[in-house]
This record gives sequence, C-alpha cells and structure tokens, in this order.
Amino acid sequence: MAELLVGTKKGLFRLEGDAGNGGFEVTARAFAGQSVEYAMRDPRSGRYLASVTSWFYGPKIWVTDDPAGEWQQAEGIALPEGEEQALERIWVIVPGEADGVLYAGGAPGPLFESRDGGVTWELNRPLWEHPTRSDWSPGAGGLCLHTIAPWPGDPQKLLVAISAVGVWLSDDGGETWRHSNTGIVPEYVPEDARDNPIQHCVHDVRRAPGRPERLFMQFHGGVYRSDDAGATWIDVGEGLPSDFGFPVVVDPADPDSAYVIPLIGAEDRTTPGGTVQVWETRDAGTSWTARGEGLPARDAYLTVLRESFDSHGEGEGLELYFGATSGEVFGSADAGESWTQVADHLPPVYSVRTA
Amino acid sequence: MAQVTLRAPLSELCGGRSHEIEGATVSDVLAALEHAHPSIAGWVLDEQGRIREHVNVFVNGTHGVAETQVGPDDRVQVLPAITGG
Repeated sequence: MAELLVGTKKGLFRLEGDAGNGGFEVTARAFAGQSVEYAMRDPRSGRYLASVTSWFYGPKIWVTDDPAGEWQQAEGIALPEGEEQALERIWVIVPGEADGVLYAGGAPGPLFESRDGGVTWELNRPLWEHPTRSDWSPGAGGLCLHTIAPWPGDPQKLLVAISAVGVWLSDDGGETWRHSNTGIVPEYVPEDARDNPIQHCVHDVRRAPGRPERLFMQFHGGVYRSDDAGATWIDVGEGLPSDFGFPVVVDPADPDSAYVIPLIGAEDRTTPGGTVQVWETRDAGTSWTARGEGLPARDAYLTVLRESFDSHGEGEGLELYFGATSGEVFGSADAGESWTQVADHLPPVYSVRTA
Repeated sequence: MAQVTLRAPLSELCGGRSHEIEGATVSDVLAALEHAHPSIAGWVLDEQGRIREHVNVFVNGTHGVAETQVGPDDRVQVLPAITGG
C-alpha cells in the first residue's frame, strides 16, 4: 500500500493504493480551495507538513499527525520585519539529518530551518544576507529556493538550489555558503555574458543517497551530473528528446540510475509530440531510455512541475509517481517499466510526494 | 473604539466576528487587532505591516487603505477581496 501526498491548486489530497494494481483512492483532503504547493510526511516522526498559500492570507506551513484531522499553523514562516519584501510562498520542505531538523525553501529565495519537527522555524540568515543577494534574479516561477539536499549522515553538509541563481553549498550547517555552478552552461544568456557565476536556472537536483557526492540536475537547458558533491557539473543530457524539464528522481539503490520527464522547451513546457514518457538512465547519463508503457501515447500535452515526481523503495521494486497540471497522477511499481494512471480529474497538480 | 467585523477564517482565529479595537487609522486598527489576537499575525498584514493584496478593508462601508482615518464609533470590515472574473 502506497501513500501519496498530492499538492494541488485546490487543496491537498492523500491517495492510498497499490501502483501494481491501480486502484488508488482519495483518503483525505485538506485546505480545500487553497494552493498547496508541497506536502510531505517526515519519516522520522510520522508528522505531515504542508505548504499552503492562501490567495487572501498569504503563505503558511501547517503540521498534523492526521491529514484528515486538524492542522496546526507553524510559527516563524516570515521574512524579517523592516525589509521591503514579504514571503511569497514555500516551495519545498525536507527533513534534515539532525534529530528534529527540517528545512524549507521558498520565494523570494529564503531558507528556513526548524529544530522541533516543523512547529517553529527560523530564517537562515547567512544565505538570506549573502553579499551577492542583490544580484539574484528570478526565473519564471519567481526567485525560488526549491531544492534542499542534505548529505546522508552529515548534518553539516547541505546543498540548496535557487532559480535563477544556481547551486549553493554549505559545509558548516548553513553558517556559510558558496555558489557552485562550474560547468553549467546557461545558454539563455549571450555567450559573452556567461561568466556571471550566479545566473543559473536550476530546476531540480537530487542526491544519490548511496554515493552522496553523486548528484543529478535538471537544468533550464540540459541535464547535468556531479561526481564531486556539486563542485563541478557535466552535461549528460545527450540522447534526451528535450533538454528542458523540471523534476529529476534517483534510484536510492543505484547511483547510476536517474529519471527525468523532458518537456518541450521554455516556450511550451508540454510533453514532446503529445507523448508522455519518463526517461531513464542506468549508466549515470551516458545513455537514456524512454519508459512509456501504460502512459498516454498520443494527443497528451502534459506539464509536470518541479515537485511533482517522486519515488518510493529502490531497485527493481522502485515505485515512481508523477502528477500533471491537467490533474492526472501516474504510477509505476516496477522502476518505470510499466505505468498506470492512479488518479484523474484532480485539480492542477503542484507536487507529489510519497509518504 | 472602532467596531471591527471579521469573516471566517479570521473570525474563527480571533474567537468571534465582532471586536472593539482602538486605532487612529486602518493600519493602526489592524495592528492592534493582530496584537490582541496573535493567531492572525501574518494573515491580514504581511510581515512588513502592509495589508495583503487580496484583503479588503471597508470603513463605514467605504473602501479604505492603510492610511484611512478611523474614528471611535466607526465600523471597520475586513474581508477577502472579490477576485477573478
């Protein structure tokens, strides 16, 4: 039995079922009518956390032990008073490595940290007050800190990514930060303007837990891999039908295995040729194979957003799930070999996370 | 004191629809409301003290802004904006 938390334009949906047999059903709904950008379940505590942006009353994080029950508003999700900007939204919530620690990233580029399981939060000042901040530029989705990748077993090491700024690394638990975009080519700026080290529209980064120095990145134009903990990046997108896309997923059992969902470039952002396919590499990006059995093969122009692709388990039993802004959620129980539609007619899907 | 009227979910967070709040301007009244009911901190005013874009405030039936003067017997209504088509 799998549990999916699906954040949508019209609330949070919990789906439960079996990807091998289809048959998922909605077992909880919360925040009806509000945008739920992201929801996850902390595997350590079992607690659910959701990022919700009310059209009227602004962004909040909510926590609960029962997604069908009462939710408690978390404290501290705000930018410092006395500044020009207000918090726009929270994009992502990720468990840290230390007990009770979680991180949340949002727009316009803040990183928050909680040390009590998500009930109270504090802004990471060193990144917020980084001397380069005045040079940070937003992508189409805003100036969003959307990726947080802790290092398994070492709470001092952290990678975050911000669009359209790039990758940031810390080796001291977030006390200091350095940008790390060497090797990434921002082809969307003129060739003679590519020296700027912080203009990189990173879309998503996932770390291979079994080899933490190995990372895969879906960039605005290109898929990249790092074998040195994000210090340098190499283009591994050759063979994909498009260099554009949003999410990337890795197989925890195999640091050479990753999955992306290419979309026709920035001007369109739909599945190429009306065919929905997940592309898989088993050799660290040297080659890519389309996995589409059971997915819509014609007249299907889907958009899959950054946080809408996730996995559960590993190896041959790796389960994969992704959702589309057209309201479908698809799942695979065999590492992408075959797929079934596990939900239809949901509101536009903003995020999918396995619990 | 001004009579402040709220709708859900603000009324639920503040323990009722009607509240007597003191303040010389809309901004003052909303800040005082937030001070009296910390549970709505960040809901009507953002962290910079600005009225959220899609929240409307009416003073005696007239649309107000942060600087609108509020008298001791005035009625202040806080409600979500009608947005969309």
